[in-house]
Amino acid sequence: MRELIGLIIIGIGVAFDFFGSFGLIRLPDVYNRLQAATKGVTVGTWGILIGVCVLSGFNSLGVKALLAVILIFFTSATGSHALGRGAHKSGIKLWKKSVCDKYEEDQ
Amino acid sequence: MRRFLLFIDSMILWLLLTWPFNQLWPYNIQSILVGVAISLLVTLIFGKRFSQRPIKWFEPQRYFWLILVYMPIFTLQCIKANVDVAYRVIHPKMPIKPGIVKVKTRLKSKIGRTVLANSITMTPGTLTVDIQDEYLYIHWIKVYAEDEENATRLIVKKFEWLLIKIFE
Amino acid sequence: MGIFIIILISLCFLCLIRIALGPTLADRMVAIDILGVLVVGVCALLAVKLEREFLIDISLAWVFLSFIGTIALAKYLEKKRFD
Repeated sequence: MRELIGLIIIGIGVAFDFFGSFGLIRLPDVYNRLQAATKGVTVGTWGILIGVCVLSGFNSLGVKALLAVILIFFTSATGSHALGRGAHKSGIKLWKKSVCDKYEEDQ
Repeated sequence: MRRFLLFIDSMILWLLLTWPFNQLWPYNIQSILVGVAISLLVTLIFGKRFSQRPIKWFEPQRYFWLILVYMPIFTLQCIKANVDVAYRVIHPKMPIKPGIVKVKTRLKSKIGRTVLANSITMTPGTLTVDIQDEYLYIHWIKVYAEDEENATRLIVKKFEWLLIKIFE
Repeated sequence: MGIFIIILISLCFLCLIRIALGPTLADRMVAIDILGVLVVGVCALLAVKLEREFLIDISLAWVFLSFIGTIALAKYLEKKRFD
């Protein structure tokens, strides 16, 4: 029973990973790709790690998997902010159908 | 006070990383002693710059809001964000209308602003690009409101009241 | 369990395609960042599948190294203009 629940959570995580990577290929510019890929892959990896924790139970493996969840919460989103800011500062424009760019106006 | 908190925190982190509780008493005493030594070293080096107002760590209502209210809301928003991303990626016409908008926050502390930016990144369709003092620049995959007030109402208000209770 | 690992590794190949195609430098950096998080998932699954516990330690270390690499690349991107 516990094994089945763990495998289902891992399966949901892998599906989110798939949508994130597919967005990385399909979307048109850097910022949209960053957005889809960060969300999809971060939550997908959380699903995989929580599933590993459920599968292994409360021992050293499971606790380390939960610790990795907390670390990914801080590092992944912060890394995506840094990349977006760096891309904007290095002069990459938004996609041609974009509506507004308040950041460009304020610089 | 500050140094004591840092010592406790790094000790907990060490215990979770090495996990000396596999055998029954006595636990792996050598590992715990090494952890005490390393935590003391960390405390001596980084003690001064740990937390600005350590009294906040001892107020239990902050943990109540963090664990019982913030975490379920955040998990729900994450799942909604992923279904949203999957819909926009799979849809053949790609219903996106991107843009960067500017919003204002009332949070003062640095850790509060960081967690607000991370939460905004994980909610549907938004990504924080930069923080300048109290203004956040947000890349929105489908822009519903360009002006500052409406964008603030739509993006920031979901988490701000909760983070004020937790971190301020 | 094995099928999940195979799917994840083929997703890593999607990231490699973006690294090869990417018109600008920033696209490639985004793909590298995402590749780092995917490898963490692969390591965690392998730790359960092969019953080797050190693999989860590798995935913990990989989170930190990938983060530091991303920050360094972003700093590099911010200083200069490319293309």
